[in-house]
Amino acid sequence: MFETAFTPWASLGGGALIGLAAVLLMLVLGRVMGATGILAGVFAPASVYDLSWRVAILLGMFTGPTVYWLVTGGMPEITVPASMPMLIVGGVIVGAGVTYGSGCTSGHGVCGMARLSPRSIAATLTFMATTAATVFVVRHVIGG
Amino acid sequence: MRLILVYLIGVIFGTGIVVSGMANPAKVINFFDVAGSWDPSLAFVMGGALVVTGIGYRLVFGRQRPLFEGRFNLPTARNLDARLIGGSAVFGVGWGIAGFCPGGALPALGTGRMDVIVFVAAMLAGIFGARYLQSLSRPKATATS
Repeated sequence: MFETAFTPWASLGGGALIGLAAVLLMLVLGRVMGATGILAGVFAPASVYDLSWRVAILLGMFTGPTVYWLVTGGMPEITVPASMPMLIVGGVIVGAGVTYGSGCTSGHGVCGMARLSPRSIAATLTFMATTAATVFVVRHVIGG
Repeated sequence: MRLILVYLIGVIFGTGIVVSGMANPAKVINFFDVAGSWDPSLAFVMGGALVVTGIGYRLVFGRQRPLFEGRFNLPTARNLDARLIGGSAVFGVGWGIAGFCPGGALPALGTGRMDVIVFVAAMLAGIFGARYLQSLSRPKATATS
């Protein structure tokens, strides 16, 4: 297929930064750092203030690659194996799934798991299993 | 003041995502491809994030309330229902196909890449479609995390 380099230190450090952001958001606003919930709330904000903090944190997220570029001098490596039609199909499925599932990798997988929420643990185990099954089918059954 | 803080929290999250490899679909898919070109890096992302969040949350929840709000705003649902499990199962299928999850794709938007923009647009269509279907069956339903 296409190998990617094993990056334990960058991944551990990046993960720690993700955790730090989650802790700080809880400290500052008392909110869960879930990408799904933050994004979905933009389109149905409870108030102008509710909209403003969501937009602020999203703008911050978009700045991530720029910070990476400023520090390393290069853009982060992004390789998309999926074709454009499959990217669209996958995107629609992700959007529908996280809406019904009330969260994604950041909300359930990090914040909810860290709180030992039974719902988040169940959700995370479920999507990890179906992701692995899907990758197996796409790569080894269909892709052969 | 607090909006600047929240912006900086977004910067920390977005930087962590791109440094960790969560914004790189090839790396994400390789993590799940144990039968092929396996790359275990993402286990380290999850490990690093969970250790920091687990300890940090414990400290934060020792406070009466957050710095700028009257109370902590935490998801209150406790039941494991078909919606939660079914939705999560569906999400995993999409994540396996595309390699982007919402938290990975949003920071990746900052690169301006067309494929990321297309994925996020499709994801928004999925979110709106699902919310519309939910609004037909229930008066009000929103993502909580």
